Amino acid sequence: MADEALFQFLHNELIQYVYKSSEQGEMENARCITKLENMGFRVGQGLIERFTKDTARFKDELDVMKFICKDFWTSVFKKQIDNLRTNHQGIYVLQDNKFRLLSQLSAGKQYLEHAPKYLAFTCGLVRGGLANLGVKSIVTAEVSVMPACKFQVMIQKV
Amino acid sequence: MAVCIAVVAKENYPLYIRSVPSDSELKFHYTVHTSLDVVEEKVSAVGKVIVDQRELYLGLLYPTEDYKVYGYVTNSKVKFVIVVDSSNTSLRDNEIRSMFRKLHNSFTDVMCNPFYNPGDPIQSKVFDSMVSSMMVQTC
Repeated sequence: MADEALFQFLHNELIQYVYKSSEQGEMENARCITKLENMGFRVGQGLIERFTKDTARFKDELDVMKFICKDFWTSVFKKQIDNLRTNHQGIYVLQDNKFRLLSQLSAGKQYLEHAPKYLAFTCGLVRGGLANLGVKSIVTAEVSVMPACKFQVMIQKV
Repeated sequence: MAVCIAVVAKENYPLYIRSVPSDSELKFHYTVHTSLDVVEEKVSAVGKVIVDQRELYLGLLYPTEDYKVYGYVTNSKVKFVIVVDSSNTSLRDNEIRSMFRKLHNSFTDVMCNPFYNPGDPIQSKVFDSMVSSMMVQTC
């Protein structure tokens, strides 16, 4: 569908733009990731405000994470998270076996090193969404086999 | 309809507050601030005693001699407070509910404005005029 493609192309351009507008180097890579992550954060904040407008109040943290995995993910990526795991101590692992922003890339090892760029925005998206729901967190992502990826959410206790 | 409408942030500082008889503004600030305790109480009761009651609308927080105070909490813990004149008995629960819904819709639009910084006071003209429209209906 066309509307899905729009977001994907815009996201690709976003990455291109952020990386091009800074000089090359190891230091800069981290800064670009941060930039993309921050963009995602603001988008996530706005999105969650929209999505949770008509839902009932959440009971607890797990309820919030379920919402992220089901409704939030479906609205943004047209599919649910495939696997949600938690240690019940504030760490959640969200696994997506066919992450949409990576699905257009080669499934082999060729672009593996570029994958983190494509996940930064989404990490911010999740973090922003959670932050707006009153859950402070750190979100990281990892890829081992190409279109599958894992997001680790660490809830910060106050 | 309403004599005072307030939006209170997650950290309990006012994002937006407006009242109609502007001479007693301080009193309304005080009223809204007091109501936050009741909001807190109602929200924390949810999930413990009554599981079903998970609606965003909290209903009548407390009546005073002259005013009735209604509350609403979004999922992002932003509180809306509407103060209504007690003498206005024609106002039904449903209407209050729809006022809150309108307020919430407008607030979401403000949140989705890329130039708005979450946590800043609301200065949107659209939001302002929406609030005015809810106040004017009274007089």
